[in-house]
Parts: sequence; structure tokens; C-alpha cells
Amino acid sequence: MKIVGFRKALLVGFLAAGCLVSGCVSGAPDASGTALSAPPVASGEVVLYSGREESLVAPLLVKFTAATGIPVKVKYGSTAELAATLLEEGSRSPADVFWAQDPGGLGAVAAADLLATLPQTTLGLVPMNFRSARGDWVGVSGRARVVVYNTNKVLPADLPPDMWGFTEPQWMGRIGWAPGNGSFQVMVTAMRKLWGEEKTRAWLQAMIANDAKEYPKNTPLVQAVANGEIEVGFSNHYYLLQISKEAGTGLAAANYFLPGGGPGSLVMVAGVGQLATAPNSANAQRFIQYLLEPAAQGYFAQDTFEYPLIAGVEIAPGLQPLASLNIAALGVGDLIDTRGTVDLLQDVGALE
Amino acid sequence: MRQLSFWRVSGWRWLLRGAAAAVLALVLLPLCYLLVRASEAGPAALQLLFEARTLRVLARSVALALAVPLLSALLAVPLAWLTTRTDLPLRRMWAVVTALPLVIPSYIFAYLLVSVLGPRGLLQQLLQPLGIERLPDIEGFPGALLALTLLCYPYVLLTVRAALLSVDPALEEAGRSLGLSPWRTFVRITLPLLRPALAGGGVLAALYTLRDFGAVSVMRYGTFTRVIYIQYQSAFDRSGAAVLALMLVALTIGLQALELNTRGRARYHRGHAAAKRKPMLVHLGRWRWPALLLCAAVALLGVGMPAAVLLFWLVRGLTLGTPLPALWNATGNSVYVCLVAAPLALLGALPLALIAGRQRSGSGRLVERVAYSAFALPGIVVGLALVFFGARYVPAIYQSVFLLQAGYLILFVPEAFGALRAALGSVNPSLMEAGRTLGRAPAQVLRSVTLPLMRNGVLAALAIVFLTAMKELPATLILAPPGMGTLATSIWGAVTQAYFAAAALPAVLLIGISSVPLAIFTLREAYQ
Repeated sequence: MKIVGFRKALLVGFLAAGCLVSGCVSGAPDASGTALSAPPVASGEVVLYSGREESLVAPLLVKFTAATGIPVKVKYGSTAELAATLLEEGSRSPADVFWAQDPGGLGAVAAADLLATLPQTTLGLVPMNFRSARGDWVGVSGRARVVVYNTNKVLPADLPPDMWGFTEPQWMGRIGWAPGNGSFQVMVTAMRKLWGEEKTRAWLQAMIANDAKEYPKNTPLVQAVANGEIEVGFSNHYYLLQISKEAGTGLAAANYFLPGGGPGSLVMVAGVGQLATAPNSANAQRFIQYLLEPAAQGYFAQDTFEYPLIAGVEIAPGLQPLASLNIAALGVGDLIDTRGTVDLLQDVGALE
Repeated sequence: MRQLSFWRVSGWRWLLRGAAAAVLALVLLPLCYLLVRASEAGPAALQLLFEARTLRVLARSVALALAVPLLSALLAVPLAWLTTRTDLPLRRMWAVVTALPLVIPSYIFAYLLVSVLGPRGLLQQLLQPLGIERLPDIEGFPGALLALTLLCYPYVLLTVRAALLSVDPALEEAGRSLGLSPWRTFVRITLPLLRPALAGGGVLAALYTLRDFGAVSVMRYGTFTRVIYIQYQSAFDRSGAAVLALMLVALTIGLQALELNTRGRARYHRGHAAAKRKPMLVHLGRWRWPALLLCAAVALLGVGMPAAVLLFWLVRGLTLGTPLPALWNATGNSVYVCLVAAPLALLGALPLALIAGRQRSGSGRLVERVAYSAFALPGIVVGLALVFFGARYVPAIYQSVFLLQAGYLILFVPEAFGALRAALGSVNPSLMEAGRTLGRAPAQVLRSVTLPLMRNGVLAALAIVFLTAMKELPATLILAPPGMGTLATSIWGAVTQAYFAAAALPAVLLIGISSVPLAIFTLREAYQ
């Protein structure tokens, strides 16, 4: 009896699977969650490949659609995965817009001539050093490199003015870093530009000699500083703010913006580009424009603790204004050679 | 006697072969893609092959892929034996709980492991009053080994338990009646009978270890998968990544040769049509305390610890008023794609298993090797391969749920194959031959004899594919159509940016949903 029951169950399972497969031809799974109530919009919809996370992007898209009536469909992924996907798709990509976490991903896609030139009215909103020189992508929010330090163990006065200061033997066993992290690699790229290969190599070797503890990414790194596992860590400014918010209590850690300039005083951008083959370029441009309007810029500043890039938008409380930072004089074009940086990191043994 | 037409016999055979060839062609797509991309690297490819760094990566991958199955077997055999053959208290509960780590995504698990066992993690904070200021680092090989063993030993546990349940108790009883002690009976009779199950489960564990990205990246252990990701992420170097991925395929094939050798030419099914009956349960007596301790320790590390931390994040987020994401769509999408993926993988694996299981010839082995060859490929490679072929040659289904299902088929056919192959190995072929001599067509024999006899293997395949698909991340990110989020992608999006409360809810949902088929399967298999 059991055997018959089992066979029937199996049959039912296959039939159900068959129905599901055929069901999805007619669009059964409602992926966007909006298509049921809204009338079908075939041509107006913007397809966005987002290397930035859903928790940040999704609320903004709701505002965008409410303001413009243009629906957006998103494919989330890491910036590198999406860049690789765009490179494999080539001219056949269904994407309209690529929103990347860092200039490296945009640079790789732009180098394959897959991005369209943006209108000057959009580009002009953002300072020169936060957009591509060719005009094929534009930064939308900024992140500062900082040194996160444990406030129980380190006084700000003891911290060096620039990155080179951490080569001193007094920092032995007190440093944490994340050589596999994209932002860290951008900082090393800046070092190579400003210091040259040899000095950068010497800095990396000094960090290894100082027994810098490696973390897979910024979140665990900042947490390790806060719980005293290490005393200082090289990170981006907003991780500490986000982790404090999640923890609900004050953490024993603070951000330190290196006052001495150089590659440690870097502001990096997340940016967007429009695909040259975008099926829906008018709405794509409208979307990019929206990201640079005060509503979206204010959202970045207040909800994700990032730096707005257009003038006149207030920054999150507790942040130092961009103008007061001693920002390294580098354009985004100087920061896209991550490949050379990865080679160097692998060569000195900082990265596998 | 009714004579079967030539067509009904040989037509069936060709149908089987045709289906198998189609599935194998799909499984080989990523390899074709890798060859295309690797050939672009030119002489640099050869250089990369022989760099000292690449050889270190190879050594690390081999070390991990051997150590994880070995340690898994050491955990799985006692646990399987305790939960099937003894009067262990709460046996059913332990049977379910010890299999559960299989449902936890590795990127979450390794992260939690570090936040609990790290130098200044939760455990250290508990030990602080005892004057312990920091714990030793677990990152690197020990951490990767611990995380992957806890995640992979259920593969071995499930196959060994199935084997223990299907062994003819008469063999063991004969041993006992000839004067062997219970321990010697286990070592000389039971353990050798478990060889194919150990080898089959071990290969699944080894290949999963090679494929996994989450654990090795959190533990910063530079195996092939991690290095391949670094090539993509930092250098956007698709050719270099392809060369490394091809080395990984070569390593996979090498590991399989090992497995095929251990299986040898022995037979493992019941000798004749003995009625299936239950073995006598071993009375544990005082030994039940250490036995319970082992079960509890494994359950605490593999299930209790991650569940506790996730719930802590969730409750902390709720008390702080953190807005939690609405997950109806993500949950629906996850369940929907996995409910389709599981029977599809089963259908795809069935012809392969029938050919590989019934033919000891070269073609059977070839099918087996090809079926496994792409198993260890990281999800990102499979995803990009389908982007490459999908966007070029089948734009109609590109960025649709069909391509995602094709990706799942490539990723999960080997898992379903493993479960079916083991189940088929314990079925006595003379039963099928009897069906044929009694005048049934091959398809009828499959339906009325073979499939019912291997039903536990079929259910195991369905359950394992369902829950592995639930936690699959890299290929899902690349292949899911725009707008289609799943639970796995929700977790990933939140945890990378330290939104712990937002990550905990989908993680709890994912683990809860995946636990259901696993629990049903485990209870049905052992105690029906």
C-alpha cells in the first residue's frame, strides 16, 4: 500500500512541477510585487543592475516611481558579479542602468565601450573629480576612508597624521585590515598613484611585518575594533555608524579622518552609468538624474550616512563635512587600476 | 508468453541514452565556456598554471577536500549508527536535528562561527569572568575545516544512515552467532558494507567543499573558489578565472578516481529476495550518556549556535524598532523555484543513474565522471557560462526563470545523481531481471520495481536538492530575472552591509522552510 502511495505522491509532484513550469510562461511568479495592481508597462520600465544592496536601493526606488511614474526592475548582485555579467552579455544586455559600489566595476564596463555618454546637465551636477573623464558614468554618493580606533585603548592624539605612520613598530599587533575588500584596494591604488610602486610595496610589507590581522571585509573588521580584538582598522566611514545603529548602544570605537592628506584621506564614489544598448534610454537618464536630485541625495546622507555629492544637502550628524577633509587630489580615473593593485597585493603576500 | 516488440525494448534504451546525453551536454556547458575564456588568456594561462601561488592554492584545496570528508565520516558514522541501531533516548529528534546543518547557508554559518568562536567573540565574553582575554584565532585551515565539516557531514550522515537501514540484518546476526563481539561485528561486517555509502557521501562532501565560497571567504582560506572570486572581483579577469576553474575541474576528476577505486568491484545489495526487516536495537546502557553528549555537542555547534545568534539579532532589531523587510515575494520565489528545481534535477539524474548503476562498463563510468565533473565549479562560473550562452543563442529565455532553472539543473543534477546512484546500488538486479522475464517492458519494470525499491534514494534526492537550491546564492544572483529576489539574496544583501536584524529574518525563514522536507524525509526513512 505504501508503495502505491509513494508512486502517486511522486506523480503528483512531477505534475505539480510541470504546472509550475508552464505557469511561469504566463508570468505566474509575480516577481516585482507591483505588477498585479499596476497596469502592465512594457516599454517604460527601467531595468537596473544594482551592485548596491537592496536595503539601500529599494526604498529609494519606491520614491522614484512615486515621483515619476516610471517603474524599475532591479537585479541585485555584487558589483563585480554584475560587471562580469554585463561583459558577458555585451550588446545583448537587457539592462538600462548599472549602479556600482565602486569606480572599478564601472571602469571595467566602460573600458569595453558598453556605457553611453551622459548628458552634460547630469554630469555638471557633480564635481569633476567624482565622475568619469569620458562622461560615461557619474558618482552619486561618497564614502571616506577612515581609521577606526578603539576608544578605550587609543587616544586620537596617538594616531599618526597619515597612512605611512602605521609602519612604525609601535603598531605591532594592533592593526586590522581587509586586503580583499574593494575599497581597501582603491586606497592601495591611490597609494600607487601618489607614492609610487616601491613606497606602496614598502608600506604593505611594513603592515605584514607589523602583523596586521586580516579580515574578510569591513563589517567584521570594524566589529573587531569595537570589541577590542584589534586597536585600529582601515575602513570606510559609514560601517561604524551602521553597526552602532544596529547595536543600539554606544560602541567603544570612533572614526578618525587622517588629517595629513595622502592616500589615506580618500573619498571614493559609488556611481551609475547608462548602458549604450539601453532599451529604454530616456527613462534611464531620468533615473540617473533623479539620483542627483536633492531628494535622493538627502536620502543617501541621512539614511545610509554617505556623503551627498551635490551642493546644498545636509550631511548626517557626527560626520565631518567633505570640505573640511584633506582630500587627496585624485580623479576617479586614477583609481580604476585595481588589477595592478591586486597583482601587487598578491605579490607581497597580502592576498591569495 | 507475450513477446515484447523490438521497439519497446530498444526504443526505451535509446530514450534513456538520449535523455542522458541531453543532460550531460547541459552539464558540460560551463566547461565549454571555460575553454572559450581560458583560450583568450594565451601564454599567460600557462604561466598562471605553474606559478608557486597557484600550486599553493592547489595544495590547500586538496588538503581541505580530503580533510572535510574524513572528519565528516568520523562524525557521521557514530551519529548514523546511534540514530538507527540503538535505543538512544529521543532517537527521532536526534535523527532530525543532526541532519539540520545541511540547511544553513555557508556564508551565514561561517560568519556566525567567527562571531561566536573568534578571539573576542561571544564565547570569549562568556569566559571573560574566568580571566580569559582572548581565544586563539580559528581563521585559516582550522576554521574552514570546522565550518565545512559541520555543514557537509550531513551528506555522509544521510547516505550512511540509508545504508544502515538497508543492510540485511541477517549478515550481522550471522557474525554474532559465530561468536563476534558487537564491536567486532561492526568493524568486520557493518563497516565494510558501508563502504559505498561512505565513498558516495564523502565525494559529495569533498565536491561541496571545493565549490563552496562562503566558508572559505569568511575564514580567509585561499582555495580555488576564493581565488577564482578574487580574479573576478578585483581584477575583472575572466580569462585568469577560467584557467583556475579548469584546474578545479581537473582536481574534481582526480578526486573521483579515488572514489571509484575505493568502491572496487564488490556488490552491496542483498543476496537474495530476503524480506526487509528491522535489525535488533543495541541496548546502550550506561553508554547512552556519552552518546547523548556527542549528539548534543554536534547539534549545539551545528544548529543551536546559529539559531541562537540569529534569534538574538532578530529580537535585538525588533526591540530597537528596526524596520524589517517584507519577505512575502522573496519567500514565494524561493519556494517556487526550489519546488521546480528538485523534481527537475531528479528527472535529469535518473537516466544517468540508471546507466551508471547498471553498466559496470566504461560507458557507465564515463557517465559518472562527466556527471560529477562540473559539480565542484563555483556558482559564479555556472552563472556566467549560462549568461554567455543564454544571451547569445537563446535570447528568448535569457534573464527568465528558465535560465535560472537550467543553472540549477547543472548545479544540482550531481547531487541528485549521488543519492540515486547509492540507492540503486543497494537494489538487487535480479529483481529487475525477474520483472523482465515475467514479460514487463523496461519502462514498466522501472516504474513498478526499481523506483519503488529505491524510493528512499528518490526522496533523499528531492529533499537535498530542494534545500541546497534554497541556500544557493552566486548563480541565483546572476541568473534570476531582474526583480526576482529570493530569501538567499535577501540575506546576502543585508549581511554584507551589517544590517543584522534585516538579515536574520530571511535566514530564520530559509532555515525553517528547508527544515521541513529534511525532517519529513528523515522521519519517513527511518521510522516508517
